[in-house]
Amino acid sequence: MEVKDRASERSFDPVSQYMLRLAEKQGIETAWDRLEKQQPQCGFGELGLCCRHCNMGPCRIDPFGEGPTKGVCGATADTMVARGLLRAIAAGAAAHSDHGRDIAHTLLLVAEGKGNGYQIKDEAKLRALAEEYGIETKKRTVEEIAFDLAKAIYAEFGKQEGPIQFTRRAPEKRLKLWQKLGIEPRGVDREIVECMHRTHMGVDHDYVNLTLHGLRTSIADGWGGSMIATELSDVLFGTPQPKKAMANLGVLKADEVNIIVHGHEPTLSEMIVAATHDPDLLDRAKGYGAKGINVAGICCTGNEVLMRQGVPIAGNFLQQELAIITGAVEAMVVDVQCIMPALPDLATCYHTKIISTSPKAKTPGATHIEFHEEKAYDIAKEIVRTAVDNYPNRVAAKVNIPDEKMECMVGFSVEAIVAALGGSLTPLIDAIKSGAIKGIAGVVGCNNPTVRQDYSHVNLVKELIKNDVLVVTTGCNAIACAKAGLMRPEAAKEAGKGLKGVCQALGVPPVLHMGSCVDISRILVACAAIAKALGVDISDLPVAGAAPEWMSEKAVSIGAYVVSSGIFTVLGTVPAVLGSANVTKLLTEGAEGVVGGKFAVETDPFKAAQLILSHIMAKRAALGI
Amino acid sequence: MEDKMEGNIFIDVEKCVACKSCEMACAVEQSKSKVLFQAIREEPLPQSLVRVEWISGELVSPKKLRSPLQCRHCEDAPCVTVCPTKALEKLGAEGPVIVHDERCIGCKWCVLVCPFGVISLRRDGKAVIKCDLCFEREAGPACVEACPTKALRFLTVAELGKERRRKALADLQQGLVAGKKQQLRW
Repeated sequence: MEVKDRASERSFDPVSQYMLRLAEKQGIETAWDRLEKQQPQCGFGELGLCCRHCNMGPCRIDPFGEGPTKGVCGATADTMVARGLLRAIAAGAAAHSDHGRDIAHTLLLVAEGKGNGYQIKDEAKLRALAEEYGIETKKRTVEEIAFDLAKAIYAEFGKQEGPIQFTRRAPEKRLKLWQKLGIEPRGVDREIVECMHRTHMGVDHDYVNLTLHGLRTSIADGWGGSMIATELSDVLFGTPQPKKAMANLGVLKADEVNIIVHGHEPTLSEMIVAATHDPDLLDRAKGYGAKGINVAGICCTGNEVLMRQGVPIAGNFLQQELAIITGAVEAMVVDVQCIMPALPDLATCYHTKIISTSPKAKTPGATHIEFHEEKAYDIAKEIVRTAVDNYPNRVAAKVNIPDEKMECMVGFSVEAIVAALGGSLTPLIDAIKSGAIKGIAGVVGCNNPTVRQDYSHVNLVKELIKNDVLVVTTGCNAIACAKAGLMRPEAAKEAGKGLKGVCQALGVPPVLHMGSCVDISRILVACAAIAKALGVDISDLPVAGAAPEWMSEKAVSIGAYVVSSGIFTVLGTVPAVLGSANVTKLLTEGAEGVVGGKFAVETDPFKAAQLILSHIMAKRAALGI
Repeated sequence: MEDKMEGNIFIDVEKCVACKSCEMACAVEQSKSKVLFQAIREEPLPQSLVRVEWISGELVSPKKLRSPLQCRHCEDAPCVTVCPTKALEKLGAEGPVIVHDERCIGCKWCVLVCPFGVISLRRDGKAVIKCDLCFEREAGPACVEACPTKALRFLTVAELGKERRRKALADLQQGLVAGKKQQLRW
């Protein structure tokens, strides 16, 4: 697409461009403007060469060698960079895992009969998980089983010794490798605490030792906290099945109450969706002249209700402000993660109410209606009522809903993919063996205003499918692909001949939406299953990962557990590690000899696609297929 | 040199937070790639021509003073005068003092006579290096562009004079208003 003006430089998505032009005309500030005001950004920070871990500092190391080469304590560039990386992994793993803990808490409430409005929707999955955990399932009620499972998982968060259950899902070879390297994780809480301990002043100074613990912590996230979040969400809300839905800001409705759910945990968004079906609230909305109540999602909580309920997705991370600028949002209901503190200020220019709900996440200027799972449905009704009551405050002159929205087919849990393939992964493995599908790429991650919104997401994915690489996706990449029409079964036309044939035979798109960012655990499960079927390790598979527009610490943890699982991963924005040549080399070269996966950094999506393709072809050759 | 931008780097020392962004930006500007991530791997490593210097309290005031220092590009520059090989040259009234590398014999007399200590030695020791005001850089000096607090600014003497006069006038206006109010109270 031709770059014509500032809006089109900032975003690749025509809908975002439309909203950005509007914002500019109205003098509204967005993340892109704030990024401009942050320029130039600090070079020490970009290189990971600043340390504020103790009060002898702050310390910096001069990358040009004329100033200090060590911090006050003597920390070198290697130590500083590795410590910074470890803390980022700790924060990312904490975010995913605390989300997982909240879901486990909800399961426990349901088991105890205190889950106001929640229920167990996938009993088969509950039983299967219970058996995995060695919990007796025969002649027991669902509640009894759920109670034991929730307690067992709860206990795992703080497990001091011995492995956590879901790591047993990894292929034998992988597990042995983790054990040999001493990076098989214990409970995620313990690993995160150890990250903070090791990075305290005067503890771990060896960049290899620090990085290895980073990998261990990240495994406790991917094969622990995140996987718990995914699996228990399926138990409570149902395992996603393919369904059609709509994407982009055009899903907002001019004549209905619009509620946006934004954040991450389905415990809130599921209840909000349920409450919008309440007849009293619908009547109330109609009383104000609205035709109904429309819920749409942003970020991963949006992905959760999109995957399970087909609730429309309004946009990805960088569209949270743009949604408010439509002037048509009565309430943006938020919980945790990726919520810009800029929202309440922006909302004062419109009638939108920003409703914060988590006791962990308050934002000045937001209306706080605290959400507690024990009273979930009642609180959800109160939130929806607040939104409905705000409808009369909508100012018609300020309403600007873009027309564009895109159809998408979503809901590809591993179970759904297996079902689509006729009951096993064998047809997929055969397609890979025959070369119809060259390999699989997991393309995930955030938006980042330092790069043009969705440009790398969409172009990388298009290049991959054109070359017969099946793309599985989650998070903000998934939303970018949905908006770009790549999740329509018709998008098979854009795929190479082999992939096109497979997609058309199955009636699925060449880009499969697997869920929210914690649902990258689904991709791990799929990889493990394929590796086991072939009798090899994950690192032997023609698969790769990519995070073209990543920005969050969660993405750092994800990248680390994907690489730790043996998967080559391409980052599209530069991580703050280049200040240490040794750490950089370890992550981009040395790691391959240790865990069988490594990182590459490539900001150009077309070149990134080439890196992934040559990696996939090399792995195919090594497998002799 | 007529078409080159003329001006001086003026420093507001009160605004300097000693973040060294100017040093970082200067070193990148001296690199071959002009890109931070590549500059730190270049051989030889580029050198910054501005240095953030500091003095602790007692010398002048109880406050710590910290400030970037780079060549002042003196009109009657001692370094230009002292150079035995005419390797240093002043370009225009508000233009930079530049070093002609090929003429420099590395005798360091200029270092000795510089009142500001802003001439340094190239890594190989074969020539001196100093700030040239980024006189060939379209966006002006890199350090100025990099300063997050705007402690560094690139202005002509005339521009700074105008700004100062207007500030003085604004102060006067405030004084007059306050005076009037006082008068009314009496």
